[in-house]
Amino acid sequence: MANEKKNLLEIRDLTVEYHTNGGVVHAVNGLNLEVAQGETLGFVGETGAGKTTTALSILNLLPRPQGKVLSGSVKYNGEEILNKSNKEMTRIRGEKISMIFQDPMTSLNPVMTVGDQIAEGIRLHEHLNKADAHKKALEMLETVGIRPERASDYPHQFSGGMKQRVVIAIALACNPELLIADEPTTALDVTIQAQMLELMKGLKDQYDTSMIMITHDLGIVAEICDKVAIMYAGNVVEYGDKVDIFTPEKPHHPYTVGLFDSIPDIYHEQEELKIIKGLTPDPTNLPSGCTFHPRCPYACEECSKQVPKHLEVEPGHTISCHRFDDTKEVK
Amino acid sequence: MLKYVGKRLLMMIPVLLGVTFIIFSMLYITPGDPARLVLGDSASPEAVEQYREEQGLNDPFLVQYGRYMKNLILHGDLGTSYSTKKPVIDLIKDCFPATVKLAFCSMLFALVLGIPIGIISAIKQYSIFDMCSMAFALLGISMPVFWLGLLLTLLFSVKLGWLPSSGFNTPLHLILPAVSLGAQSVAVITRMTRSSMLEVINMDYIKTARAKGLHEKTVIIRHALGNALIPIITSAGLQFGTLLGGAVLTESIFSIPGIGRLMVDSIKMRDFPTVQGGVLIIALAFSIVNLLVDLLYAFVDPRIKAQYK
Amino acid sequence: MEKKKKFAQLGDIWKRLRKNKLAVLGLIIIVIIFLVAIFANFIAPYSYDQQDLLSCFQGPSAQHWFGTDEFGRDIFSRVVYGTRISLLIGFVAVAIAMVIGVLLGAFSGYYGATVDNVIMRLMDILLSIPQIILAIAIVAVLGNGLFNLMLAVGISSIPHYARIVRASVLSVKDQEFIEAAKAAGSSDLRIIFKHIIPNCLAPIIVQATLGVAMAILTAAGLSFVGLGISPPTPEWGSMLSSARSYIRDYAYMTMFPGLAIMITIFALNVLGDGLRDALDPKQKK
Repeated sequence: MANEKKNLLEIRDLTVEYHTNGGVVHAVNGLNLEVAQGETLGFVGETGAGKTTTALSILNLLPRPQGKVLSGSVKYNGEEILNKSNKEMTRIRGEKISMIFQDPMTSLNPVMTVGDQIAEGIRLHEHLNKADAHKKALEMLETVGIRPERASDYPHQFSGGMKQRVVIAIALACNPELLIADEPTTALDVTIQAQMLELMKGLKDQYDTSMIMITHDLGIVAEICDKVAIMYAGNVVEYGDKVDIFTPEKPHHPYTVGLFDSIPDIYHEQEELKIIKGLTPDPTNLPSGCTFHPRCPYACEECSKQVPKHLEVEPGHTISCHRFDDTKEVK
Repeated sequence: MLKYVGKRLLMMIPVLLGVTFIIFSMLYITPGDPARLVLGDSASPEAVEQYREEQGLNDPFLVQYGRYMKNLILHGDLGTSYSTKKPVIDLIKDCFPATVKLAFCSMLFALVLGIPIGIISAIKQYSIFDMCSMAFALLGISMPVFWLGLLLTLLFSVKLGWLPSSGFNTPLHLILPAVSLGAQSVAVITRMTRSSMLEVINMDYIKTARAKGLHEKTVIIRHALGNALIPIITSAGLQFGTLLGGAVLTESIFSIPGIGRLMVDSIKMRDFPTVQGGVLIIALAFSIVNLLVDLLYAFVDPRIKAQYK
Repeated sequence: MEKKKKFAQLGDIWKRLRKNKLAVLGLIIIVIIFLVAIFANFIAPYSYDQQDLLSCFQGPSAQHWFGTDEFGRDIFSRVVYGTRISLLIGFVAVAIAMVIGVLLGAFSGYYGATVDNVIMRLMDILLSIPQIILAIAIVAVLGNGLFNLMLAVGISSIPHYARIVRASVLSVKDQEFIEAAKAAGSSDLRIIFKHIIPNCLAPIIVQATLGVAMAILTAAGLSFVGLGISPPTPEWGSMLSSARSYIRDYAYMTMFPGLAIMITIFALNVLGDGLRDALDPKQKK
């Protein structure tokens, strides 16, 4: 088809666990995900759903020795990168795939100037000499809206929002094809959030970067994303185009319905806020079958026995729920 | 930066003044008549009294302190040794280099061994290397300096005959003393390096550095170590004080002509001015080292430098 | 109600400590050393100053487990009695340092301003002299002997407790329950003793445990160079000092007193480390 873009990143059946003193944490369970070229994927889910773990797994940055990838495949531009050595991954990190983290206050090295921190990656990946790399670092600072004179300042001299801009500058300095942003605005004030999103949208267009935006805020998804993947307890339960996901009349996973329902409606009076009953499951002791079934208003016997397949309810829109399985008899 | 140095030097002065005051007070209240100690027991009471008048030993406390300080600051005069009748400052000048050499070598030994082992232990936490190095470190901090000195002497000098056990002429003479004095510091610095590195390695900015695609070696040395250094430097600075103290014991075992041995001998001969002179010099040396440590902080961590702009 | 909470807290701390096997080992060793000190009379086969010039310089044997020294005294018995001396020095020195240091630190932190400045300057002055050197200077003034040694080591340790307590007090001082106590009319002293100091206990206990080790080491070191306790008192450091003269021919004499010191210090150190981890809920390892 004409508009079938090539998949930049393809994750199939990824399973990751952490070995801790409190037991084995099943963080990611058979996850499928894909990002096409030039696309921005919104990766939505509550805290602890496994989004950050997925992101870290892509770049082989899981904490050692607790984090273990049990199975699955991560293909970047058609090439399998999950089993690459750390040394091989250093050529991908920062150069092809970049990642920015949640808390700007602690993401920057306190004893290095911001200019040096940006230039460091440039020198490494683009093999420029010190002077040229520094020049490029200054350009990056300007691109993210910081005066280049501040390159010789240290992180503690910047506010939270400015720090996050520096983080973005570092991530985009070598023009990566894919940027993974792990809740980049969560730690910032709401007004700064808006600025940051504008900045990221602009940069995304300017550099033609694909992006995975990890967030729990549906508002951000609406602003900046093309496709959406909804994650629950280590698995993607729904995936599709933004329009499809945000249209209530279309078929949705019960969890998605719950997520959208819990947004307070400013147009109508509500006596109580709608919640999804129950609690997020204990990752060391996940429910059998469909992990959502204890909280699902539509759950039946089948749901506790078998993990549901990913079913395409319409082109480009998959849901992982037995209700949409035509081959099954479900109430 | 110069302002910072100036400020710190200024802060050092009242402390050193305080030290002189305490030392002089201790000298003053020490039982025993200085005149008797100098002239000997057989001297006549008149001679003793005359000596007391000449030396101003009957003056009030503060007058005597003032005189002591005047001599100290204007002439660098720490008094006269009761036993050898030589100026204390000369005795100390003769002995000081040996102690400095010993302390310096021990410190070097401790840093060169302790920091790398600490770093590797942190990177390979829970590995066999880590377990072994931590076990050795525990032994190191529990072992008395003087016992280690004796044991090393026993092994390398008595049984094997490889190294000399006393004297201080050749570099070979330095090995046993420096190792036995430095062993405890190696242990402390290893432990401190390890725990500091462990804290830093789990920080977010290390994740950022890795995500940039930096090689692990660069991440550890440039990003992790740079931030872990501050507690390590603090620890090293404090260890220097312990080394100065331990030098007293080590000099005794290995017959090294340093300040420690001078002080011990002086106490036994009731030569108090020498003792207190030695204490003052050591306090001065320690204060200078602490000053250097503070300066090093500002050099390593820009946040601290900013406080003193 | 408050007492029940305190006991629950203690139970938690004990549970955490129990998990640290090394610390438990240290505790067991300390208890054993204590028992040896208390029952020294029954454990030691000989008296510590019983000379037998016919059997001097004998290596370890069935009659003399650790051998005999230059006067024919049984080394094992002397090491056993030595536990009393070392423990005594350690605890008395720490007690002196703790009482004075805690009071100074508490007043310094609580009253702040001039009081704080004066006391802390004084502590800085003491801290600018390495501990052993300060102890030596004090011994020079006071003279040899057991009590003087304890005093010297104790005084030289005061600044450590003062600093720790002051830091604790500063962090607790502005909390609301102190405000409440003040509003209820409690006097300053009462507040300091009843509310503030109990909340600073954790670091004090850790410092005390490690402090006993430091005190024993310092005392042994001073005795080793002849500045502390003189023979025939069986202090481990002075025993090593005499053993030193005979190191070429009778090496065994240097083994046992040194081993005794090392085991004691080791046990105190691991116990102190363990207490520090158990009392601080923020697990770092």
